[in-house]
Amino acid sequence: MSTSTLNTSANVPAVAWQRLREVPLLPAVAAAVVLFFVVAALAPHLLTSRDPFAIDLPNALQAPSLAHPFGTDQSGRDLYTRVVYGTRESLLIGLGATGLSMAIAVVLGVVSGLGGKIFDGLINRSLEVLFAFPVLLLAMLFVTVYGPSVTTQIVAVGLGTAPGYARMIRGQVLAVKNSGYVEAAHALGHSRWTVLRQHVFPNAMRPLVAVVTLGIGQSIVWASGLAFLGLGVAPPSPEWGALLDAGRMFITRAWWLEVMPGLAIVAIALAATVLGHHLQKKLEGARS
Amino acid sequence: MSTLKHNTGLLLQDPAHDGGASAAGGGTGGAANHPGRRRPRPNNLLTSPGLRRAGGRLLTAVGVVWAAATFTFLIQALLPGDRATLLLNQLAGQVQQRTAAELAPINAKYGFDDPLIAQYFRFLGDLATGNLGVSYQLHKPVTEVIGDQVGPTIGLTFASLLVAWLISAVVIAGTARRSRMVSSVASGLEAVAAGLPQYWLGVILLVVFALNLGWFPVVGGTGLDGLVLPALTLGIPLAGFLGQVTRTEFEKGMDQPFALSARMRGMGDIGVRLRHVLRHSVLPGVTLSGWALGSLFSGAVIAESIFSRPGLGKVLVTAVNSRDLPVVCGIVILIAAIYVLANLLVDIAYTLIDPRLKNS
Repeated sequence: MSTSTLNTSANVPAVAWQRLREVPLLPAVAAAVVLFFVVAALAPHLLTSRDPFAIDLPNALQAPSLAHPFGTDQSGRDLYTRVVYGTRESLLIGLGATGLSMAIAVVLGVVSGLGGKIFDGLINRSLEVLFAFPVLLLAMLFVTVYGPSVTTQIVAVGLGTAPGYARMIRGQVLAVKNSGYVEAAHALGHSRWTVLRQHVFPNAMRPLVAVVTLGIGQSIVWASGLAFLGLGVAPPSPEWGALLDAGRMFITRAWWLEVMPGLAIVAIALAATVLGHHLQKKLEGARS
Repeated sequence: MSTLKHNTGLLLQDPAHDGGASAAGGGTGGAANHPGRRRPRPNNLLTSPGLRRAGGRLLTAVGVVWAAATFTFLIQALLPGDRATLLLNQLAGQVQQRTAAELAPINAKYGFDDPLIAQYFRFLGDLATGNLGVSYQLHKPVTEVIGDQVGPTIGLTFASLLVAWLISAVVIAGTARRSRMVSSVASGLEAVAAGLPQYWLGVILLVVFALNLGWFPVVGGTGLDGLVLPALTLGIPLAGFLGQVTRTEFEKGMDQPFALSARMRGMGDIGVRLRHVLRHSVLPGVTLSGWALGSLFSGAVIAESIFSRPGLGKVLVTAVNSRDLPVVCGIVILIAAIYVLANLLVDIAYTLIDPRLKNS
């Protein structure tokens, strides 16, 4: 009896370890990175005790050290703190742009996929034309017209990335529309609307979960690209792209001003990619 | 993993891919041509299917450029606020209300008072004769502004494409279907490279190779040594992207009968990889190159700004900042045209690489 209790007590951590090992390493790391940034966005003061705007001139342009893990900028502000505080705006821009882009894409894709030949042809042709404009260029055109600001940045990136998603959704809708179960639902006498709501829509939209995840990372990259060119949020803000833009002047003296905020962008973009791919795999597994 | 790559590809490559798919579709019909019973050559060149297909594609291409130009026209015409006021304020560098007397000559000069449709036809007529309007800021014809700066940008774009192809071909031929370790490390690197923001990669390259090691000039001129880092900046992410697409195809190619038969003839592993499988697997990548050229052109904006290279990028950023719409629109039309042209060329390149399509 004593052996059996010993066994179970020895097995609890072993089982837990086994469970933990079943979680693939890469997505777990990615999830941790995303969690970190979510905390940074919601409650930045938990991750740093400094003030992102506190000027400390004697400590200007300090290289990364234990006291300042990301170094300091030209006014002595702690860069790590600024990156943490910039997370909220950067994530919001990424989420906003992806949300807008998806909203446009879902409308265009669904109308194109279900609206019959005329709508389909029209939308498809327009998408073809929009594809001739690279994302960054379309965004820059938009900024020219409306001037640089957070809103323009969101709308510009959202509009720029929408055509790609729209075409993907159209493909999904067409594939689902012509599938056996939709035909079966029609044959069973369900109304057009019911079939759309219960079969076409959920099945066509499911793969989007993964795409949205990937898209948020990409949108952050595009938006900071705009800001990097000086066409986004203006520098005093700790938004990541604005940090990059502000650091450019000091590139010969303070490499960390460019490298560290970029690291945050790369980290979230890669984490989003890994998670997106992981979700995609899971969803495909569930379908087959 | 392969399906994932396919999906990421889907997001970005569609138009080019469509072109390729239709070309490939036409090809299956031609592939049926047996050398023994060749189809009789049509007497009239105009009715030959190949030419008609080329004509159709040319028409589509012109249509896309026209639509892109119309799009930029609408953006200029429907700009919030009065264009003449905007223009005057730009000239003076201040923001204020203008009197009708001040605005009248500007409106007359640029024809802003004409009905929209008249302005549109004048715009199209100008476009057809190669006139893209006059820059609000520089008071020079937009074509001249672009012409002065486009050279270095074209050089950078093609150098980047070449770099991307070289890197991805070498990595793929060297690592695909090797041990699990090697190929998974390589495909992991590809995924990372494809996700790297160009501006960040550029800064890292600048800091490491120009500032610290001093191998390349910090301020890039138009010389060859100033081209290396910008081309890598744009080429490495693209290489990762091309690599993801090519790898799937390469692995499929290694299992094909032609690879086996080449081995049976006594060809070495390297020979099979380079001479047979690689050639077979570049097709989807070639389709992507049309799309890639367009996006490299806009990526050049970033690379030029990091390495302070002369080129269209600098012109574009300045124009966007000063809201110089004719210049921005001119560059946008140019890049759309280049994108369309690149896709036409890709179509032609397709038949050169894949002889099965020649008879279609």
